[in-house]
Amino acid sequence: MYVAVKGGEAAIANAHKMLADRRRGDRSVPAITVEQLVEQLALGVDRVMAEASLYAPELAALAVKQARGDMIEAIFLLRAYRTTLPRFGASRPVETGEMIAERRISATYKDLPGGQVLGPTFDYTHRLLDPELGRDAEVPAAPARESEGEPLTRVADILAHEDLIERTAPDPDGEPLPEDPSGDLTREPLEFPMARDLRLQALARGDEGFLLALGYSTQRGYGRTHPFAGEIRMGEVAVEMDVPELGFAVALGTIKVTECQMVNQFAGSAKVPPQFTRGYGLVFGQSERKAMSMALVDRSLRAGELGEDRVAPAQDEEFVISHSDNVQATGFVEHLKLPHYVDFQAELDLVRRMRGEFEDRAKDLDTATQEAAE
Amino acid sequence: MTSQANGHATGVEPQGGDARGLKTLMDVLAASPAGEIAACAEALGPLPEAAPVRGPETGLVMVRGRIGGDGAPFNLGEATVTRATVRLEDGAVGHAYALGQDRAKATLSATLAALWAQGARRADIEAAVVAPLAEARAREATQTKREAAATKVDFFTMVRGDD
Repeated sequence: MYVAVKGGEAAIANAHKMLADRRRGDRSVPAITVEQLVEQLALGVDRVMAEASLYAPELAALAVKQARGDMIEAIFLLRAYRTTLPRFGASRPVETGEMIAERRISATYKDLPGGQVLGPTFDYTHRLLDPELGRDAEVPAAPARESEGEPLTRVADILAHEDLIERTAPDPDGEPLPEDPSGDLTREPLEFPMARDLRLQALARGDEGFLLALGYSTQRGYGRTHPFAGEIRMGEVAVEMDVPELGFAVALGTIKVTECQMVNQFAGSAKVPPQFTRGYGLVFGQSERKAMSMALVDRSLRAGELGEDRVAPAQDEEFVISHSDNVQATGFVEHLKLPHYVDFQAELDLVRRMRGEFEDRAKDLDTATQEAAE
Repeated sequence: MTSQANGHATGVEPQGGDARGLKTLMDVLAASPAGEIAACAEALGPLPEAAPVRGPETGLVMVRGRIGGDGAPFNLGEATVTRATVRLEDGAVGHAYALGQDRAKATLSATLAALWAQGARRADIEAAVVAPLAEARAREATQTKREAAATKVDFFTMVRGDD
C-alpha cells in the first residue's frame, strides 16, 4: 500500500543546497572546468559515454562534474538527457577497418601487417605513483616518426583464406548482409532468446565491472572459451549517415572507439570442420578492458549457437543481459532507501503476531510437559 | 586526401559532380571546429542573409557497428548530432549535419552549403573554406599516425651462439 508522505520539501531543498556546496568543495580551490575533464579525465568521460550509450564528450564531462565523479550517477544523468532528444536516424555501420588507429596490438601474431602499435597505453608502466603529476610540470609532446602507411590487416583476414577461423563478412556467393539490425533495445522491450546484434547492443552499454567479472569467470573455468586477444585497436572512425533530403551520405564527423577481436577455441561438427570461433567487442571511447570483457562475454553467450553446454553464469543470456545495465541495477537497488514505512509496519505487525503464536505454543507445550511429569 | 572528407567508405554515392562537391564541403565542415570554419568564411566577405528553414536543432543518431568488424550491423549507441537547414533570398537551400551540440556551427555550415548551391561562388568556397579545412584535418590525421608510428615495436632477435 502506498500512502502519500508529505513534509519533506524544505529538507529536500536544503539537502540539494548542501549537495551543491559539497560538490563545489573548498572555495579557495579553483572550480574544475568541463574542458579540463574532457582533456584530462578522458577515460572517465569515455566510460560515461559508453555506458550511457551516448557519444557526447562535453555533456558526459558535465555529467561527471555534476555527479561529483560518481560514474553511475553521471551515466544516469546522460541517459536522462538522451530521452529529451529526437532521433534523426541511424548511421551507416562504422568501418573499423578504416580506423585512424592510435593503438593496434595482436597477441596471436607478432609480425602481422601494420605491426604492434602500442599507442597511449598503461601497459608496461610500473604502476608507481608519480608525485610529479601533483605539480603542474611541463609535459613534452608525444614523439612522432614517419608512418610507413601500411594498412592494419585484421587478424581474421590473415587466416581467412585457410578457412581456419569463423567469418562474419558476407560470403561473396552467399546471402548479402541485412541492411538493418534485427531490433533496437532502446525502442522495444528485451525478449529472450536474443539475436546476437541485440546482445551486442546491450553489452556495449553494459556495466564495465559486471562484464569484467563475467569475462574473468570464463577464464577461471566457468564456461571456458580458451580466448586469445586476436586484435585490439583504438582510434577514430568516421560516422556517416544517409540524408534523405540530399540523396547521399554525409560524414557527421569522427568518434573514438575501441575494438577487440577475441579468437577462441574450436567448434566443429560431423559436417563442419573444426575452426577458431570469435567473440567481438566494440565500445565508445578508449576502453580496452571493457572491449575485451565484452568480447569474452559475447563469445560465452554464443554457447547455444555453437552447440556448447550452458553450465556457467556467463553463458546464461537472460542472467547476463538482464543484469548488465547499471542504471537499471542502481535504480532497483537504491529504491530500497525510499520510504517503505507502511510495508515495514505491515511486516512488523506480522512478525509480532507470529511471535505471539510461537510463545503461546511454547507455553502450551510447557504446561503439557509439566502436567505429564506430575 | 583527407580521411574525414574522402577516405571512408560511403553509402549512397553522390550522383554527378555537383553533389560530389557539395558532399566534400559538408563532410569537411562537419569535421571542423566552429572557430576554424568562421575564420575561413571571413575570407568570403559578408555572407548573405539566411532564413532558417529547420533548426538549428540537436538530436540523436544511432551509431551502428558491424558484428566482427565486417559482418551484419548492430546498434552500438547514440551520438548527439546538430543539424540546420537555411534558405537564401534567391531560394538556394543549404543543409548541415555534424556530431555535437554546436548550433552556431550548424547555421554557419548550412549557410555555406546554400551559398555553394547558388553556384556563383563555388571556386571561392573551395579555395577559402574547403581547401584549408581539408588540409588541417589531413594534418591532424597524419600527426596521429606519426605519433602512433613512434610507438610501433621494432622486434629484433638476439643472436644466439658464438659465430
